[in-house]
Amino acid sequence: MSEGLVKKFMYVNRKAPHGTIYALESLEVVLIAAAFDQDVSLAFMDDGVYQLKKGWNTKGIEVKSFQPTYRALDDYDINKLYVEKEALEARGLTAEDMCVPVQVLPRAEIGKLMETQDVVLSF
Amino acid sequence: MKIGILINEGPYTHQATDSAYLFARAVIEKGHQVSRVFFYHDGVNNSTRLTEPPQDDRHIVNRWSKLAQEHSIDLVVCVAAALRRGIKDENLAPGFRISGLGQLIEAGIQADRLVTFGD
Repeated sequence: MSEGLVKKFMYVNRKAPHGTIYALESLEVVLIAAAFDQDVSLAFMDDGVYQLKKGWNTKGIEVKSFQPTYRALDDYDINKLYVEKEALEARGLTAEDMCVPVQVLPRAEIGKLMETQDVVLSF
Repeated sequence: MKIGILINEGPYTHQATDSAYLFARAVIEKGHQVSRVFFYHDGVNNSTRLTEPPQDDRHIVNRWSKLAQEHSIDLVVCVAAALRRGIKDENLAPGFRISGLGQLIEAGIQADRLVTFGD
């Protein structure tokens, strides 16, 4: 492992929490990454904003709810969470619907943040 | 330049792994290095030696094995994603190894660019 090298990692979440496994497996990468002491941020765009929507009930689809994991991110010092403004509006959501504190930014602003990253992982 | 590659989709259904393979070859032809290919999500299905496509089709698994052997590329399959999908050491094709997600993060740190191929 490279000692002392800190890179900026951004995880971009574009998919709904259920229907595919991308959201869950993305979260698994984020948690592992936390152990590497890198500069980590998460962006939620398109249907990815549903990952943070409060009040999941997964009983009917018989899968475990992993929403508590998003609330645990802060314990791993992961607290840069960006949510796409246009995606929220298109879905009738606001920052109050999110299960964790987030920064709501216009799509173009998130694009600018992406430009400043060393590694962008999109799931 | 040192390039890391992340593949998130399985063989034959999605083009991701084909594009990644062609990209890897182009990288090498241009004199750069592919340090590691990491297989995640359904991408782990690219690593099973039980794969048998029709004779007139490309053999996606075998050509990764061959490229890895010729150019010392580290082909890493995510353990959690692999076990979910029935991929184990006993059905792994030559040149692939099973390891943790830390290998993906390490690829991101050590490579000059990490390029994702997904849906």
